[in-house]
Amino acid sequence: MNPKTPSKLEKILASGQLAVTSECGPPRGSNGDAIAKKAEMIKDYVDAINITDNQTSVTRLCSLAAVIRLKLMGLEPILQMVTRDRNRIALQSDILGAASFEINNILCLSGDHQQFGDNPQAQNVFDIDSMQLIQTVRYMRDEGKFLGGDDLEKSPQMFVGAACNPFADPFEIRARRLAKKVAAGVEFIQTQCIYNLDKFELWMKQIRDMGLHEKVYILAGVTPFKSAGMAKYMKNRVPGMDVPDEVVKRMSGVDKDKQSEEGIKICIESIQRLKDIEGVRGFHIMAIEWEEKVPEIVEKSGLLPRPSVS
Amino acid sequence: MIVAERKPLDEIIGFIKDCKKILIVGCNECVTVCYAGGKKEVAILASALKMAFLKEGKELEVKEVTLERQCDQEYLEEIRDIIDQYDAVVSMACGVGVQFMAEKYQSMPVYPALNTLFMGGAEEMGVWSERCQGCGQCILGQTAGICPITRCAKRLLNGPCGGSTQGHCEINKDLPCAWQLILDRLKALGRLDDYDRLISIKDWSTERSGGPRKIVREDLQQ
Repeated sequence: MNPKTPSKLEKILASGQLAVTSECGPPRGSNGDAIAKKAEMIKDYVDAINITDNQTSVTRLCSLAAVIRLKLMGLEPILQMVTRDRNRIALQSDILGAASFEINNILCLSGDHQQFGDNPQAQNVFDIDSMQLIQTVRYMRDEGKFLGGDDLEKSPQMFVGAACNPFADPFEIRARRLAKKVAAGVEFIQTQCIYNLDKFELWMKQIRDMGLHEKVYILAGVTPFKSAGMAKYMKNRVPGMDVPDEVVKRMSGVDKDKQSEEGIKICIESIQRLKDIEGVRGFHIMAIEWEEKVPEIVEKSGLLPRPSVS
Repeated sequence: MIVAERKPLDEIIGFIKDCKKILIVGCNECVTVCYAGGKKEVAILASALKMAFLKEGKELEVKEVTLERQCDQEYLEEIRDIIDQYDAVVSMACGVGVQFMAEKYQSMPVYPALNTLFMGGAEEMGVWSERCQGCGQCILGQTAGICPITRCAKRLLNGPCGGSTQGHCEINKDLPCAWQLILDRLKALGRLDDYDRLISIKDWSTERSGGPRKIVREDLQQ
């Protein structure tokens, strides 16, 4: 696949090299340096950095301002954008705003329901869904038009991504759902955190059988456990998360002060195994409020040095 | 039908605490069927209010009336001759009935006794759930007869989201995932291939977003 945008991430993927992305959650306050500090920790170990958009519906500094900050630092940000909080007018406007700073990557999401956040009384918007946001960005980029049909001046040059959860129900349509996102125009995928590798392999087989691995770059999502408690929490409390019993057992089986180390070890082992799966084109490392561990994970997984592309 | 439930008694008392004579008006349609504002509920509310006033050492005169419909000019006329005798009307209709009442009787305070909740039906005795949000452009033909706008918490037109777990919605385990229901039914109909079609961006101008809605049927106008 030839790159269609100036995105560095797209160029790396198009070159056939494994890509590595990670993400930073913006602060719950107006201290922009916090995001710069997190990005500094990981910038030499990843190709692009997602900035989450009010993840779990908890109000934070906005992803648009944060990606601009990273861009001004000379980094490659991925703008996460959810349809929960913005209608099509605001989404198109923010896309143009990001593009004006040469933000070249976007991740199109519907977003967690506001019930999980700090403002459960809020209205949600959901004027469009994540697939329709993919269509919107592609339309703006490829047709040079607004959704309303008017021409736009200087179309946004964005590499368009989305998320995918191979572990949510019903499992049997999860590959078909990805096919719909591909039909909508998605170009890269970051998956939900993978702990159940057997199930992920099964899903990837379906993806290959449908030929989707040749139409979209799939970055396998991984998240290291900090503790056995976190593993249990993810297993029992986070919707759509599949953490097998043996993983929880393994985390619980080591002393408390060694658990974080074990979590990193599991993460690295997962990456090693995922590397062998045909169609996995890179990794998305989500070290939740643990960004300082990303360099170690990348290094020990044999993913250094990161490629340079022009 | 329109499903409603009664407001807490204290809130209703708050509306009419300075009144001496009130008219409680029930409605014989939806709110009767969902046991919120029919003749029986009017009687219960009347007793409860009178008792509450008595406890405070006050007296409240209450007249109970239940109209066939409060969303209908014709039936609202039935109380024209008596309404002026009262300090206020407490309407046990849905929000539509309360407003029609207020529009008809300009100088009469009208208070709602119900919280109007949704358009839905009775799943079983004592259980009502929502089915329609009145978006003005029905998509049930594309979604196997199950409405994702109403029944998906994120009203996703191309679901299910990543939070669907064993048939349940991520926001509440007691809530079925609308997209699981749609897929199950598509399968039962032998039409699972319909799922592969992207549903396009919706025109919400026929929904609440487009402003208050109105239809005019000239063929029926007199």
